[in-house]
Amino acid sequence: MKKFFSTALARGLVWQLIGTLVGAGLVTGIRAMMGLSITDTFFFTEPAWVLGAFFGVLFFLAGNGSVSDWFKWSRGIDTPEHHEDHYTGWEKYLNVSLDHKVIGIQYTVTALLLISIGGLFALIFRTELAQSQLQFLTVDMKLFGQNGPQLYNTLMSLHGMIMIVSILLGIAGIINYVVPLLLGAQDMAFPRLNAFSFWIAVPAAVLLLMSLVLGGFDTGWTGYPPLSVRAPVGVQMFFLGVAAAGWSSILGALNVIATIIRMRSKGMTAMRMPIFVWAAVATSIIALTATQLIGLSFQLVMFQRLFGMGFFDPAKGGNPVLFQHLFWFYSHPAVYVFVLPGLGVISELLPVFARKPLFGYRWIAMSSMGIALVGFLVWAHHMFTSGMNEYLRVPFMYSTLLVAIPTGVKFFSWVATIWKGKLTYPTPMLFVLGAIVVFLLGGLTGPPNATVSVDLHLHDTYFIVGHFHDTIFGGFVFPFFAALYYWFPKATGRRMNETLGKIHFWLMTPSFFVLTFGMMQIGLLGMRRRIVDYDPALGFDSTHLVLTIAGYLIGLSVLIFIYNFFNSIKNGEKAEGNVWNSRSPEWQVPSPMPVHNYDQPFEVVGEPYDYGLPGSKYVEFSSPAKSKHK
Amino acid sequence: MGHFIIVGILVVVMAILTYVGLDAAGVATQMHPIEASLQSVSIDWLWNWEIMAISFLFALIVVPMAYSMIVFRRKKGDPSEGEHFEGNTTLEIVWTVIPLFAVLALAYMGSYSLGETRRVDPNAIVIKVKAQQFAWTFEYPEYGIVSNELHLPVDQQVVLKMESADVIHSFWVPEFRVKQDIVPGPLTDYRITPILVGDYKVRCAELCGASHAYMENNVIVDTKADYDAWIAEQRAIALANQTPEGQGKLLTVKNGCIGCHSVDGAKMTGPTWLGLFGSNAELADGTTVVSDEAYITESILDPKAKEVAGFSPTTMPPYTLSEVEIANIIAYLKTLK
Repeated sequence: MKKFFSTALARGLVWQLIGTLVGAGLVTGIRAMMGLSITDTFFFTEPAWVLGAFFGVLFFLAGNGSVSDWFKWSRGIDTPEHHEDHYTGWEKYLNVSLDHKVIGIQYTVTALLLISIGGLFALIFRTELAQSQLQFLTVDMKLFGQNGPQLYNTLMSLHGMIMIVSILLGIAGIINYVVPLLLGAQDMAFPRLNAFSFWIAVPAAVLLLMSLVLGGFDTGWTGYPPLSVRAPVGVQMFFLGVAAAGWSSILGALNVIATIIRMRSKGMTAMRMPIFVWAAVATSIIALTATQLIGLSFQLVMFQRLFGMGFFDPAKGGNPVLFQHLFWFYSHPAVYVFVLPGLGVISELLPVFARKPLFGYRWIAMSSMGIALVGFLVWAHHMFTSGMNEYLRVPFMYSTLLVAIPTGVKFFSWVATIWKGKLTYPTPMLFVLGAIVVFLLGGLTGPPNATVSVDLHLHDTYFIVGHFHDTIFGGFVFPFFAALYYWFPKATGRRMNETLGKIHFWLMTPSFFVLTFGMMQIGLLGMRRRIVDYDPALGFDSTHLVLTIAGYLIGLSVLIFIYNFFNSIKNGEKAEGNVWNSRSPEWQVPSPMPVHNYDQPFEVVGEPYDYGLPGSKYVEFSSPAKSKHK
Repeated sequence: MGHFIIVGILVVVMAILTYVGLDAAGVATQMHPIEASLQSVSIDWLWNWEIMAISFLFALIVVPMAYSMIVFRRKKGDPSEGEHFEGNTTLEIVWTVIPLFAVLALAYMGSYSLGETRRVDPNAIVIKVKAQQFAWTFEYPEYGIVSNELHLPVDQQVVLKMESADVIHSFWVPEFRVKQDIVPGPLTDYRITPILVGDYKVRCAELCGASHAYMENNVIVDTKADYDAWIAEQRAIALANQTPEGQGKLLTVKNGCIGCHSVDGAKMTGPTWLGLFGSNAELADGTTVVSDEAYITESILDPKAKEVAGFSPTTMPPYTLSEVEIANIIAYLKTLK
């Protein structure tokens, strides 16, 4: 326990608490001197909470040591350039490390923690929805200053944003761990910035969860004004949490792009990069350039609340629809940030388990860039019913439908990749194939939403809810699990239990199909999204019960996964060699990966996916690779 | 070649089975809530085409996938690798260009269908709609009628001039298909031509706060005769309601009060009005107050002044009403025993 309290994580959290009190105290003091009220429903006043939360993030970073190297440099003190192994075991992961592999695991485990919290929230409100009428989230119950329906709205909103942050951390985890290994780099281009990007996500998650106890917010993760202008103070914690998480995402993306441009091995030309690297580039370009817009849109609402600036207040000449444009300019491309790395994982793993070259490598690489580009031009398809200029709806319908083309190229290429292969089905491959089918359902249910007139019916119903859960599960969740099962031996030298892995897959996949198909069906029939209760006359009770059961089964399967994950770190079957018989460079050296990655630099001498071409090699090490750790 | 023929046949079979299956599940030829508006017809037409395309594309990907998974699986003890081919530019161009045209065709059909839903009838009846947390109010300006039920004549286009008093709401009757947000500020138009007599519900489709789920009002499509009868009846009621109680009741409808306050004792967002007047109200700070004229007046003008125990911090906005209007509302409340 004493060890825990000396970790950077614990120190950061204590400093965040101190920072929050200092910031809030400062504002409260000024207000007291000005003769303004100094307390409110949740003890501090709203301005005090906002400055407190802001200070909390800064204090966390200053206190946990993730910026101390920069402070030292500014005072002219040198710091060691690379990894020091102060810590071993779990302590390594709770302290500031500059090693991209440690940071990758920190990201991944944080993502799994947040997925569990977001999933728990979903199960709570899914339970309420199992039957019409209010069961336990009643008008009479009270928690954190909210009654049942208000709490439902908060949980539903937080489910959305916590899952989004967990996805951003999950992809950052995979990219951080894998990309430098695929490139043959010793680390990311900016190791300190990398650590900073991870650590700022921790106070961000704390802020998001703080919103729950500060009255929550009933706006959905979209936070549309004027509703978000009227929401309790919790919405400010939500805004600040998103801003901090966005900061993490932007800086992380910058680092990924710099690493890929500057740190590739000899001979690794653009068209010889592993395909996952292409996906990482595409996703990072979006994250680097679009994330600012969600931060900005929330900041404008924050200022409207704090200072009465009427950006979105029609009485002061503002316009609520403007918010939606700013918000979706990030939040649509964001879904491509979520799915492109996952699609990259599919393309990366498929040849390994099909024992065949990736079909149409260049086309797949370019389709990622194409999706990233077109993704910037489609945001207003979320606003077909919003009352924006009517004539804008048609061009946005065309641009949105264009996304189908590069996405189609991926599907066709995947099918051609497994055609005439020699397929085997270990757990990662099951999740890859599951991902393709689930993402296909997400992809196919997309165009109806893009055609304006049909969308006028589908918008804001459970059809949309089913559709995007398909895209996110197919584009992120399934590939994320595939990646974890696949690279787990690389990180630990052991593999996860295959039987539990297969139970995980066969429990989750059918449940998930039932869940989203049921959602879409009742959505068509008139089930609106974001409602705590539904009219029993609609006859949705039995479907909702099935959906709830399916939700619990998915939760159970993820629990099995989490047990398998943590149990296998110590007890998994030893797997120190090239377990998947892959051509990729990271599998040519023994697992777990040594601290400084490759002892010998490698040179790219062939195509990455030439499975089945006798005598061909992707990489060649300068001298036979051997690890000092063996 | 044999593989391609088998897969080709299976794709066709699977596409048909998928479509038939989806139709049986009630989601193909119709989007299931009955078509009650002219606009829903062209929307469902496009939807049906989309389901056909979806069925085909689903089969086109899933069948060769499943086929490969079975036929090209690695047999036990077979150490060999898959067949070596890296791509085929012609094929890539084919599956880029054909989808491009398919997508353009779909976008064209989408534009056509959108045009159909937007057809304007210059003789459309105008009805004013007011949305607020958490109720809808309908005003027939020609007749001086205010109602919390929307009555529409069949086979006649109506244009709803919609405004919001507070946050964004969205007008949606699933049977009409078309949905339209109501943003505070400008008036929003919503055109619809009901084609089927029946009882429906307008359900707010844009999250608008704690009781969003319950922001539902009746929408009744009448035959021309029934509609005229209803109008006449409502006009008579409006005339008869020249009494203070009648005017008070009208005000509670018009201002959306009954979205949060029930008149039958049911617990909603705010306290019920049944038996409210003259009763003792227990306040959040523990004191009690008699619900008399002074207290009710204060609670309308400044709802936060005295909050009743057992309810969450009030979200009721202050209402600026004249003394006469408040007196009328109180007169109405007195009748609720």
